Amino acid sequence: MQIKFSLNGETVELEAAASRTLLDWLRDDRGLTGTKEGCNEGDCGACTVMVQDETGVRALNACILFLPQIHGKSVRTVEGLTGPGAELHPVQAEMVRHHGSQCGFCTPGFVVSMAVGHTNGRCDHDDVLAGNLCRCTGYAPIIRAAEAAEDAPVPDWISDGPVPCDPLKTAPESADELAEWYAAHPDATLVSGATDVGLWVTKGLRDLGEVAFLNRCRDLQQIEDTGDTLRIGAGVTMATLLPVLRDHHPSYAEMVRRYGSEQVRQAATIGGNIANGSPIGDNPPALIALGAELHLRQDNNRRQIPIEDFFLDYGKQDRQPGEFVEAVTLAKSAPNLRCYKLSKRFDQDISAVLGCFDIGVADGVVASARIAFGGMAGVPTLAHSVIEGLLGEAWSFETIEAVLPRFSDDFTPMSDMRASADYRLKSAQNMLVRYWHEMAGEQVNVLEVRP
Amino acid sequence: MSVAKSLPHDAAPLHVTGTARYVDDIPLPANTLHLAFGLSEVAHGEIVSVDLDAVWAAPGVITVLTAADLPHENDVSPAPLPEPMLAVDTVHYVGQPIFLVVATSHLAARKAAKLGRIDIKPLPALFSVDEAMAADSRFEDGPRIYSKGDAAQAISQSPHILEGSIEMGGQEHFYLEGQAAAAMPQEGGDMIVYSSTQHPTEIQHKVAHALGTHMNAVRVETRRMGGGFGGKESQGNALAVSCAVAASITGKPCKMRYDRDDDMIITGKRHDFRIDYRVGFDDEGRISGVEFLQLCRCGWSIDLSLPVADRAMLHADNAYAIPNMRVESHRLKTNTQSATAYRGFGGPQGMLGIERVLDHVAHAIGRDPMEVRRLNYYRDMGDTGPGTGQRFGGKHSPNAEDIGPETTHYGMPVEDFVLHGMTEALVEKSDYFRRKAAVSEWNASHATLKKGIALSPVKFGISFTLTHLNQAGALVHVYQDGSIHMNHGGTEMGQGLFQKVAQVAAARFGVGAEQVKITATDTAKVPNTSATAASSGSDLNGMAVQAACDTIRARLASFVAERAGTDPADVRFEDGAVHVGNQALPFEDVVSDAYLARISLSSTGFYATPKVAWDRIKGEGRPFFYFSYGVAVTEVVVDTLTGENRILRADILHDCGASLNPAIDIGQIEGGYVQGAGWLTTEELIWDSEGRLRTHAPSTYKIPACSDRPDIFNVSLWDGENREKTVYRSKAVGEPPFMLGISAHCALSDAVAACGAGYPDLNAPATAEEVLASIGRARS
Ligand SMILES: Cc1cc2nc3c(=O)[nH]c(=O)nc-3n(C[C@H](O)[C@H](O)[C@H](O)COP(=O)(O)OP(=O)(O)OC[C@H]3O[C@@H](n4cnc5c(N)ncnc54)[C@H](O)[C@@H]3O)c2cc1C
Ligand code: FES
Ligand code: FES
Repeated sequence: MQIKFSLNGETVELEAAASRTLLDWLRDDRGLTGTKEGCNEGDCGACTVMVQDETGVRALNACILFLPQIHGKSVRTVEGLTGPGAELHPVQAEMVRHHGSQCGFCTPGFVVSMAVGHTNGRCDHDDVLAGNLCRCTGYAPIIRAAEAAEDAPVPDWISDGPVPCDPLKTAPESADELAEWYAAHPDATLVSGATDVGLWVTKGLRDLGEVAFLNRCRDLQQIEDTGDTLRIGAGVTMATLLPVLRDHHPSYAEMVRRYGSEQVRQAATIGGNIANGSPIGDNPPALIALGAELHLRQDNNRRQIPIEDFFLDYGKQDRQPGEFVEAVTLAKSAPNLRCYKLSKRFDQDISAVLGCFDIGVADGVVASARIAFGGMAGVPTLAHSVIEGLLGEAWSFETIEAVLPRFSDDFTPMSDMRASADYRLKSAQNMLVRYWHEMAGEQVNVLEVRP
Repeated sequence: MSVAKSLPHDAAPLHVTGTARYVDDIPLPANTLHLAFGLSEVAHGEIVSVDLDAVWAAPGVITVLTAADLPHENDVSPAPLPEPMLAVDTVHYVGQPIFLVVATSHLAARKAAKLGRIDIKPLPALFSVDEAMAADSRFEDGPRIYSKGDAAQAISQSPHILEGSIEMGGQEHFYLEGQAAAAMPQEGGDMIVYSSTQHPTEIQHKVAHALGTHMNAVRVETRRMGGGFGGKESQGNALAVSCAVAASITGKPCKMRYDRDDDMIITGKRHDFRIDYRVGFDDEGRISGVEFLQLCRCGWSIDLSLPVADRAMLHADNAYAIPNMRVESHRLKTNTQSATAYRGFGGPQGMLGIERVLDHVAHAIGRDPMEVRRLNYYRDMGDTGPGTGQRFGGKHSPNAEDIGPETTHYGMPVEDFVLHGMTEALVEKSDYFRRKAAVSEWNASHATLKKGIALSPVKFGISFTLTHLNQAGALVHVYQDGSIHMNHGGTEMGQGLFQKVAQVAAARFGVGAEQVKITATDTAKVPNTSATAASSGSDLNGMAVQAACDTIRARLASFVAERAGTDPADVRFEDGAVHVGNQALPFEDVVSDAYLARISLSSTGFYATPKVAWDRIKGEGRPFFYFSYGVAVTEVVVDTLTGENRILRADILHDCGASLNPAIDIGQIEGGYVQGAGWLTTEELIWDSEGRLRTHAPSTYKIPACSDRPDIFNVSLWDGENREKTVYRSKAVGEPPFMLGISAHCALSDAVAACGAGYPDLNAPATAEEVLASIGRARS
């Protein structure tokens, strides 16, 4: 398809195959080798580029970004960070001054992430850079450089706007257009953020066949406050969702802060995270605990189901040909909701176990309980037996202890490279214990301990 | 003078602008072909048939090669025993290359490489060290044993005896730049190879054999690597040889880079070990004897496993003068990737073994492990250097046996031991005692989260243990405009070697470092080089460059002295000028005059490390020129419900001698510590029951991310100089700080120990899962 975008300030038009990544094009066709390939799967950040449109400036991983996804946008690579007179961007200058590069291979990705963070006035450097791996420096000098650049003005050469462009046939501009197209092409692959689909191509070496890119459906990217609930469009990215969750569900937000990395959150959509049906996706357990409703649409037929009903079995969802996820609705308030993400590394890691708890207590007795887990079964699911054991019982440590054996009624987890079955079961039980301690006001999170 | 200055890495401006060129960035002709290996999916078996029809038929495929199609040698081993590049008859691990695809693009080659249909009749496979021991599957005829005194007897006579065992996982290098090479065919069958390698000479050697030619027909160039850490000492051979062979067959330039998953599946990693120990000690914790059994998993091919396992034995004492010691080491052959060099080269594994022992002893007698460590340290030699009047044999010296150096279990005197002073200083600087008390208080008042704190020292031997490798060459030109061109056998992988050595060259000529042009390592300029490894890069190459500079300098000095009628010895090179008599002649002018006077302005330089001599079979001699030292205090917090843990603070004091560039050295220390802590915490390699590596990408193999570095991270350099005559009395820094990460593991053990009376027996890596298991042990 014919696409148009701006690259380092210059407009580019080209005929792009749907599954050609920006990284391959930059390096192989364009000869811009500053952007590096470290993993080709979104995990290392060596390929980070700056992407701008009318909604702002973001860092994305070029290795899992298909060319059609940047149609109408502006891209800056590391080569485009320096000024017209080869002046270094403040983050570049500080990286040199603070010895922030050793082998230098991660460095282009770091400086692009840092430049994006700098442009957006971010000072939470650990979060901005969680998706950039460095094997040499131990990160300390990079953070010193990022801090030193905080107060420098944003160079004027950095800002680009969106690029006026014609719509693409395979990138519908609205949910209605999408619905019509998808009904006519029910076997096509939908691509939202491509943080899953990208890997089918770069690692699975798959041909995608017919595709539709959803990232131009602005109406799918809305968050609607309906009073008691929030209706989140399927195209809302994790990055957009995060500040909204911070206002309403701080514990869920803290989990999303650890979802992938900045680059992944800027691409990954909630619709993609639900639709892929993964047993280890991070949103579904939280949404199940919140009693969220999923909105599905096929052509002009819409239906609404409790989200847990969507996950039928491993690899199998309640979604018909030509049907797509349009939105998810969740309660705006759930003060007792706690989400616990357990992974080998805190940042940018897939959950081994994700436990979400929302337990209501009235007069010392458990009046309501929604407990959902990811990583414990073939689908994200409620812990039915545990819930049953809690309901109507006194909210006490004895009750907690009494229901712990019920975890093995609900779950027979598996062993894999992330965790053993025993550990999964034990830590899931202990999450309930942690919940009890946390609700009792005890400090339970190692991330909150400062030296 | 340019040495001792914290100048930025020479390539820093290129790094930050994306203009630093790595192998995959080198512009190659449009007809360049791309390569990928087809891999074994079976851990051990006989190749019954190989059907490559679908591979040949895949889009873009130019040719496909199996072992039988290779024109000459099929060997990429860095060791005397061969290692086939493409499997012959038998496969030995999942991931072993069986065939080589040559195609028009990287993607086409990767896609085609998946299409081979290989019928393999499985044979019994060995995965664990126990399986290998039971099958007597090993390299070398039997175990190596190094010993001193009679450990068994000393232990049996000790008031206390403990035994235990620690498992430690391997480690993926995860250099950010994967393995890569390219070859450009030349006239007459010659070959130019660009390789991301720590060892260009080895690449040259292997390529020459594979092409059936001599080394003089092959030129290897390495400008920089995007990280090496030992993983590019031998593991780049297969790619460079493949490119050269394919280039020679097709007549076209060929490039090969591993996709990250392939890289992790094919290449070797750090050796994992199990170390069993028995120790005898007194009420104070003074150790009288230790026995170690080191089981080292080498994988399918010998690679560098023997010297790695040797070095693990050589560091089984770490900083402790243990009168009776016995180390028995088994180098076990398994059906897994061939483990290879990795920063520390066995040293970290040996050291973790003895640090575990110290920790266990302290736990048994209820003393602060830091005190028990100090008690067992080698004798202090800190104040016995030249000029202190304390040196053994001096007029006022005390008796030799009271102040002379103590000897390691391999008979080397520890003459430069400075850890007493360093430990004292760090205990003070890190506020150790107050924080230790605060940790106890925290643990008394918190049920769910426990803290731990620990100090651990490093004493690391510097030199290649294969003595002949301790040599280096350099080539320095001074051009008629006064600019300097420097070349040496060392390779740049981010460690700042080129910058440090350029500072040496600049200092010799008394000019600014910017006047020295750093050039790519090139086997046509400096021949017969050793790998850039064993932390020896700046020691060896710095000296070789110094020698080359000094030759030119001496010529210039004679020239100007003769002109001025003075003694060449009085000529000084300083501040960009040549000082003769009371004249200061600009360096450029002296150079151009010398050129006109027909004086050679080019020289080679050579250096061979003195004093080293070592018998690795007997385990006797002086394998190391000197030791580097460091000490670290780490504080951690652990969640007793899930085992989640993190490092809160690290304080480090490290000995770089008289640092050539303090900023670069501190960078090595910070980076080394984090990498070492990663090895011992989140970095877990998992193979399934079929021998398939399940953690073959960063999605599943977790190196430390930004927020995993300590919240408070204080690093300083110990103020001292090397007692040995190294370049400007500096010390090697590449590997030693890696082992400071051991303090994080000890701190985790300390936190776990706060959960119960049992010994935590914490294995490595201490993932959340392992920590939770260890909490269970402490409580039982
Ligand atoms: C480096 C990295 C880190 C990651 N970390 C995490 C993590 O911490 N937690 C986590 O949960 N996941 C993680 N993921 C997985 C991934 O980010 C998520 O699953 C993500 O939400 C997918 O969203 P997407 O928009 O990128 O989906 P895509 O890749 O575009 O699509 C995913 C699937 O959903 C389908 N799809 C997309 N949108 C719709 C729709 N509206 N209706 C119907 N079908 C649709 C697609 O056809 C495809 O089958 C990570 C991925 C990467 C690469
Ligand atoms: S190459 Fe690693 S994130 Fe793109
Ligand atoms: S500087 Fe080498 S990976 Fe960051």
